Amino acid sequence: MITYQPYLNKEFAMSLSTQDVEKVARLARLAMTPAEIETARSQLSGIFGLIEEMQAVDTKGIAPMSHAQDVAQRLREDKVTETNQREAFQAIAPQVEGGLYLVPQVIE
Amino acid sequence: MIESSLSQMGAALRAKKISSVELTQLYLDRIAQLNPELNAYITTRPEASLAQARAADARIAAGTAEALTGIPFGQKDIFCAKDWLTTCGSKMLHNFVSPYDAHVISQFNNAGAVNLGKTNMDEFAMGSSNETSHYGIVKNPWDKARVPGGSSGGTASAIAARLCAAATGTDTGGSIRQPAALCGISGLKPTYGVVSRYGMIAFASSLDQAGPMGRNAEDLALMLNTMAGFDERDSTSLQREKEDYARDLNKPLNGLRIGIPKEFFAEGLGSDVAKAVEAAIAEYKKLGAVIVDISLPNTRLSIPVYYVLAPAEASSNLSRFDGVRYGYRAPAYTDLADMYEKSRAQGFGAEVQRRIMIGTYVLSHGYYDAYYLQAQKIRRLIAQDFVEAYKHCDVIMGPTSPSTAFKLGEKGDDPVQMYLSDIYTIAVNLAGLPGMSIPCGFGDNNMPVGLQIIGNYFDEARMLNVAHQYQLATDWHSRAPQGL
Repeated sequence: MITYQPYLNKEFAMSLSTQDVEKVARLARLAMTPAEIETARSQLSGIFGLIEEMQAVDTKGIAPMSHAQDVAQRLREDKVTETNQREAFQAIAPQVEGGLYLVPQVIE
Repeated sequence: MIESSLSQMGAALRAKKISSVELTQLYLDRIAQLNPELNAYITTRPEASLAQARAADARIAAGTAEALTGIPFGQKDIFCAKDWLTTCGSKMLHNFVSPYDAHVISQFNNAGAVNLGKTNMDEFAMGSSNETSHYGIVKNPWDKARVPGGSSGGTASAIAARLCAAATGTDTGGSIRQPAALCGISGLKPTYGVVSRYGMIAFASSLDQAGPMGRNAEDLALMLNTMAGFDERDSTSLQREKEDYARDLNKPLNGLRIGIPKEFFAEGLGSDVAKAVEAAIAEYKKLGAVIVDISLPNTRLSIPVYYVLAPAEASSNLSRFDGVRYGYRAPAYTDLADMYEKSRAQGFGAEVQRRIMIGTYVLSHGYYDAYYLQAQKIRRLIAQDFVEAYKHCDVIMGPTSPSTAFKLGEKGDDPVQMYLSDIYTIAVNLAGLPGMSIPCGFGDNNMPVGLQIIGNYFDEARMLNVAHQYQLATDWHSRAPQGL
């Protein structure tokens, strides 16, 4: 195996707290046990150590690049192009009734 | 027949030396025999494949066959294919029988090609070893104790083991080129926007690009002719004239300027890989090419930039998997939020959850400028390195991967080590350039080494020419693993 030493920022690696990870898991809608949070904290800290190298780069005056080709977003006529495939789509849904997708009750 | 090129297979089919049904059955028999161990395919539907083969034979009899009519291909399980289980390597889509075809699948279908099956892959294309698939690890046919690479590992393994004539892949950070290198086959990631992403399950939309994988450059050219082209259903599909990617295959390489970036031969590169790649460059000199020393100074920043941008885009793309409209739903939950959280926690594997968490964090309030915006700015610096380099050379060459195929399980517990194996491929995706990998020898343990060829924007025909001329002069691409 190749041993390749990334620039790991140890100081930053220590700074991701259990609460940070719990918050991210909640925002990402991922149920995690305390043990899983702890594993994630340690692994994410390692990855963020790798990512931190970016902060030292001077990017003053550089325009962000969001796409490889600098082309304008194409527009199309506002008309219906898709055919109705409701039955085909609902055939693969976890739970449907009367043509509707079912979810747990939201409003009392 | 299984060692023939696609054009030879096509000619044999049209000359009725073999029928598509016979050729398809030949591959189906090989899959039945070898796939239980290699696990290169997640799904096969022999009856559906044979029905396509019969239709192809009818088309050949009617005299309306095209180049790929009747030839059996594997399709990466990231492409939605109507009536096919399409899992993207995830438990989340364990029951997703697609109601529609991806653009790439339609293109193969319209060409009369046969779909042999859906190839295994890292879950949602996140991985470099094919070990994150919910449907089990894939083995490298050259050494079954080693990984095939990823994320298009099933495709690469299937091609190397001759379980298809050729197959499709997708490449977000190296997922066509790295497994091609590790399995001793050829693979091409086109310029971003050349192949439609419609129906290709999204990972990181500004980087994802589909491309052909096969045994040689000539085959890739024929496949790209079928795969490429404008599609209005992909908002980033480029409106360009149709081109014949095989048009320049036979051009001589006299005077070709090959840029060699010093950063690709620095610390971290395996000495066996370096030796094979240097020998390939020496071969190119014999073919008339001129070597130009170049620098891509921001290469090492491509890993941190990629591991901000790709997870950020992935966390957004994968928010659609909520257990409501399709895919996995947890069996028990208390309320709506609990249903989302449990369905996603149970449906996604560890690596996918890890990347969703990274992406969620870097996009969250207070961090956007420091991470996402900063990464997008450095992305431009990385792209500018290439613009500068192409003032002095026609193509860039170097290793595809720092090492040959590693052992199964070797990097499984250390995501950072796994991420670093993409050091030479990621910058190409960030810049949106075309890149390919072709076999150029063997390293330690007799495992294949890949030579990476990076082209300028829309220079696929030239890259295929450069690869084809090397493959006329060498035979690395026609070597096959033993015992298959």
